[in-house]
Amino acid sequence: MASMAMTTLDPQSRAARRGWSDLTIRNMFIIPTIVFLIVFNIFPLLYSLGYSFTDFRASTNAPANFVGLANYKALLNDPFIWRNFAITAKYVIVSVAGQVVVGFGVAMLLNRSIPFKGFITTLLLLPMMLSMAVVGLFWKLLYDPSFGIINYAFGLDRFEWLSDPDVALYAVAITDIWMWSPFVMLLSLAGLSAVPKHLYEAAAIDRAGPFYTFFRITLPLVAPILMIAIIFRTMEAFKTFDLAYILTSQPTTEVISIRLYKMAFQEWQTGMSCALAYIMLIMVVAITNIYVKYLNKVKER
Amino acid sequence: MAAVKTRSEVALNRIAIASVLIVTIIFLAPIYWITSTAFKPRNLATTIPPTVMFEPEISPFVKLFLRRSQLREQPTPEEYAAAPWWERLVFDGGEKIVRDGRGNVQLSGYPSRFANSLIVAVVSTVLAVGMGTLTAYGFSRFKVAGEQDWLFFILSTRMLPPVVVAIPMFLMYRWFGLNDTHIGLIILYTAFNLSFSVWLMKGFIDEIPREYEEAALVDGYTRMEAFFKIVLPEAATGIAATAVFCFIIAWNEYAFALIMTRRTAQTAPPFIPSQVGSGLPDWTVIAAGTFLFLLPVAIFTFLLRNHLLRGMSFGAIRK
Repeated sequence: MASMAMTTLDPQSRAARRGWSDLTIRNMFIIPTIVFLIVFNIFPLLYSLGYSFTDFRASTNAPANFVGLANYKALLNDPFIWRNFAITAKYVIVSVAGQVVVGFGVAMLLNRSIPFKGFITTLLLLPMMLSMAVVGLFWKLLYDPSFGIINYAFGLDRFEWLSDPDVALYAVAITDIWMWSPFVMLLSLAGLSAVPKHLYEAAAIDRAGPFYTFFRITLPLVAPILMIAIIFRTMEAFKTFDLAYILTSQPTTEVISIRLYKMAFQEWQTGMSCALAYIMLIMVVAITNIYVKYLNKVKER
Repeated sequence: MAAVKTRSEVALNRIAIASVLIVTIIFLAPIYWITSTAFKPRNLATTIPPTVMFEPEISPFVKLFLRRSQLREQPTPEEYAAAPWWERLVFDGGEKIVRDGRGNVQLSGYPSRFANSLIVAVVSTVLAVGMGTLTAYGFSRFKVAGEQDWLFFILSTRMLPPVVVAIPMFLMYRWFGLNDTHIGLIILYTAFNLSFSVWLMKGFIDEIPREYEEAALVDGYTRMEAFFKIVLPEAATGIAATAVFCFIIAWNEYAFALIMTRRTAQTAPPFIPSQVGSGLPDWTVIAAGTFLFLLPVAIFTFLLRNHLLRGMSFGAIRK
């Protein structure tokens, strides 16, 4: 790391004798951000940790009663919550796998000399920059069984994408794949372009087949960056709310964030929802940890 | 790469180009469909087979901005002739524009939601990028005990699921009367973008050689002068890219806006879907609203194209 080049915080330094000392400047620059994040992220979480041990309901004026771990016990024993987690897991697997296949595949296609490559790449990246809620809404029209262009384009006569409970989750995943494959593509392209060309030349001289070249050269070298894309998308898919909430109201698409939202803001089981939020939080922090480890690993290369 | 290409390589390349073309068309089809629907007459928006060729109109945009109601009886020819061109477009669609007692037209809910989105996104971006740049400089140039842990802490706040944060924030905002206010939403978006901006800006500032500042310090600048006159101008591109990213994130945000706002401070993402409601929605108006809402982001994406990789990986991957 750059620590050996770090400026020492010497209050007697020449620069410090004029104007503020480096120490003052450092604190002035860093502390407000830390305080802001603690006040608006960490403090609310502590607040809700407290509520997670109560039967508080924000819709009534009744005081909150301490119930200990009862909320957590009830949640972990609730088969419906486990079903929500199962739906979330299925959604994560389908949509992340789809994004990796499509995104990496397109990146492989783009990783050669193609006319207007830069322009085409930017066009392909467009979906991920758009609002999930607003574009997701429009997919309702695309999926419409009677006049949607998807059924028309694929010759599916009146196929019920969003109102068939068995299909709805896949429909949401398809929209998510459309939006976020570009992200995997972007990272894969960076990884692919970093593979040294001489490795391919050496493989060609050795008459290595395309499969050998792909599995022994391309994939191992792109793997770390691809891993970052996968972990990041897994985390985002786990938290997913907008798309599924907007596209359909099927019970089979009730991912855990939607359950949490309904519990907190429609059923007003505030205490219980805080407990569920904490269960989710622990899972997210675990994935974040893995993600940051990989980020640092790739950075060091 | 070898200079001489075999015939199979050429063929392979052609297949790749054709595939890229097909993929691009599929990926852009939904965006094209939004755009084209925004300029269609209502009766052509939901036809089978889908209408591809049509005479574009701007009636969806007129309807988007003005309050209107169902036409109970046809306007008389005099009324029709006296009406301005945009009112006639609404008449043609079987609706009329709602006017108040003085005969003034009234705006629909859309312009105010669009303005809210703009206010909240711009102010939160300025705050997040301003604070983020300072903090990034602090971490980049000075010794901080437990630097990696602090940076991890900052990043982890960005990873929290919005609904999880929203529950306690909603209760606290209710206490302070901040629900459905611009300030409330600005605080949330600033917090959300702050960690992103610190990570991204740290990457940009790390790249500025510290010799520049050291030379300035030797020349008699104070550290603050060196920061404002040397580092900030050098980091200008990075600051601009970070700002555009923060703006897009705040502009697109849905969950917080859905939970924390009802009317006064409601932004466009929760408003546009709420228009669909029950019955047969007018998809041309929804498409027009969606189109206007997506347009700034599409333009920004092209301006940002060289920084997308960096932004999307929190500054971890640079090219």
